Amino acid sequence: MSVTSLEFQAHAAEAAPEEAIEGRSQWKLTWRRLLRDKMAIASIAVILVMVVLAIAAPLFVSLTGHGPEQAFTNSGTTSSGAPVPPGTHGFFLGTDYIGRDLMIRTLYGARISLFVGILTTAIATVAGVAVGLVAGYFGGWVDTVLARFIDTALAFPLIVLALALAAILGPSLAIVIAVISFFSWAGISRIVRGQTLSIKEKEYIEAARSLGAGPWRIMFIDILPNLLGPVLVLATLYIPTAVVFEATLSFLGLGIPPPTPSWGNILGEAQNYYSVAWWYVVFPAAALLVTTLAFNLLGDGIRDAMDPRTERIFAAGRKRRKNKPKAATEPGALPTLTVSELGE
Amino acid sequence: MSDTLRDAASPAPLEAAMEDDVLVRVDNLVKHFPVRGGGIIRRTVGQVQAVDGVSLVVRRGQTLGLVGETGSGKSTLARCVAGLIPVTSGKVTFEGRDITNLSRRAMRPFRREIQMIFQDPYGSLNPRRRVGAIIGDPFAVHKTASGAARKKAVQELMERVGLNPEHFNRFPAEFSGGQRQRIGVARALALRPKLIICDEPVSALDVSIQAQVLNLLADLQSDFGLSYLFIAHDLEVVRHVSNNVSVMYLGRIAESGPKNQVYDTARHPYTVALLSAAPAADPDAAAQRRRIILTGDVPSPINPPSGCRFHPRCPKAQELCSQQEPALEVKPGDPAMHQTACHFPVQAGETLARVAGRERR
Repeated sequence: MSVTSLEFQAHAAEAAPEEAIEGRSQWKLTWRRLLRDKMAIASIAVILVMVVLAIAAPLFVSLTGHGPEQAFTNSGTTSSGAPVPPGTHGFFLGTDYIGRDLMIRTLYGARISLFVGILTTAIATVAGVAVGLVAGYFGGWVDTVLARFIDTALAFPLIVLALALAAILGPSLAIVIAVISFFSWAGISRIVRGQTLSIKEKEYIEAARSLGAGPWRIMFIDILPNLLGPVLVLATLYIPTAVVFEATLSFLGLGIPPPTPSWGNILGEAQNYYSVAWWYVVFPAAALLVTTLAFNLLGDGIRDAMDPRTERIFAAGRKRRKNKPKAATEPGALPTLTVSELGE
Repeated sequence: MSDTLRDAASPAPLEAAMEDDVLVRVDNLVKHFPVRGGGIIRRTVGQVQAVDGVSLVVRRGQTLGLVGETGSGKSTLARCVAGLIPVTSGKVTFEGRDITNLSRRAMRPFRREIQMIFQDPYGSLNPRRRVGAIIGDPFAVHKTASGAARKKAVQELMERVGLNPEHFNRFPAEFSGGQRQRIGVARALALRPKLIICDEPVSALDVSIQAQVLNLLADLQSDFGLSYLFIAHDLEVVRHVSNNVSVMYLGRIAESGPKNQVYDTARHPYTVALLSAAPAADPDAAAQRRRIILTGDVPSPINPPSGCRFHPRCPKAQELCSQQEPALEVKPGDPAMHQTACHFPVQAGETLARVAGRERR
């Protein structure tokens, strides 16, 4: 085998003029696949509408003249003291048990729910990624200590903790955020730790070490970009969990203290009135349902877009069903290969 | 045992004159990996003796080829020299300075002098980072260039290794295997190192691409005065690139010396067997040559054979081989640079190919 005789031809071929020089990043490809997913687009639209409504809630207050905690005992309640149905006296979605505007309260509830959902997920993601990366990368006793810590956090009885904290400190927004964050980071940590354990054995990490890169540079420049995909999916799926968790705590009276509206405490109040005022339950519950469903579907969409293999499996299945009636070979077509009279 | 090895490593009179030439000296290097039991206490139940007393020398501007089968400890040795894994015992000196088991901070200046090219062109490039960032990494880590200067340096490197410099914004997935290996070469070259450790740099490439990458490495060597520690299991590749060759077997050096000495007058039965097993491109030659078929597998490095580690598979093995470890030394009739670790070195004209009737097992 003479190696020298082969000339160095690669450069000429590679230097051929090309149109697109900018490489398409994983994110761009993911985004393009996501844009083809109708369900994900619908979810994004719903979430955007929710966010815009939540931000614009004070605008609705000035339009209707109804404050979120303002009780209209005359126009907002019937003569027997029950809530008025949607459409009466300028209350588009009716009123609650003391004559407050349910639409305004639901909109303000969206502010709390989205704020708590996004903030706690952000805290949990940052903490979870940091703990998971450190535990996975350093290993040894650091990993042992942090992994036990993760297990402890996952095993904690959350309602009991929330109950105890609310009983001692009194229910408040800060406690809600603290409790939800505390119960969310561990799940993210566990995933990140596992991913880190597998990524740190890759040769490109060894290459970075051979260049003299320190552990923090390797963790945040070399490993973290490889984790962002699963973390983004996880975070998107944690937002609705946090929203529901907040609603649960508020429903039980351990979360956002009244009179501040939150979907959970509105539903909590509505328990006693649903037989006479269906709107009291339906509208805040629908808001909660639509929001969490949209985030969940978006998370699924992102996951599908990140991992085109799963997408391709479904696409292949569809294509196969469509193409089935076609015959394998058309009659009368020339054979590709004919062998006859094979002799000695 | 250690005495004989140290003797082998100490500079012979002829080598002493060439001491200035020595870039890297590896002295009786040992790397054992502990094997832990599966129980709760996880106590150490054994040692994988990946590298067990290896000495070698890489000279300035030259290439030392390291051959051996899978599991012979070549890559472990490379990682020890590169300071990527701690050494159990022994010494690695670079330009006369001891770099064995330095802390990361103390090792930092040497990182600029010693670089590595990895085997897998897919695994050695971070899939989420752009090529420009990957090749610019050495500048970023050592803070030698930033911004526009770094980009210019990266593009010069890409040009030098035969990549289109306009492609710095692409991702590794958009390149072929050969191009990816060029990216790896550019990254290793960035800090203008003196030594590049090539860990099977062409094993994962197809043959025509291998030639291109090998030619590139040869060009770079003459342009920048690089020294290579070149690891491969392909004997012909090693013959093509090396000045000196060391043959490893189960964590030890079986034979080492100038390329032509080792290839043309191999002394160690293992080297002879390896050479006879290499495929020949000429079918007539392939039909005529007599292959030495080694029996059995490579023994476990957790529990290596006593004496000469090759003795259970060696066609020339005798009683002595299982009892006494042969020293790596110059055999009678060989030049001073050609060392063999064998009690019964193969003589010129001797044939080792076993005839069916003489099968020992």
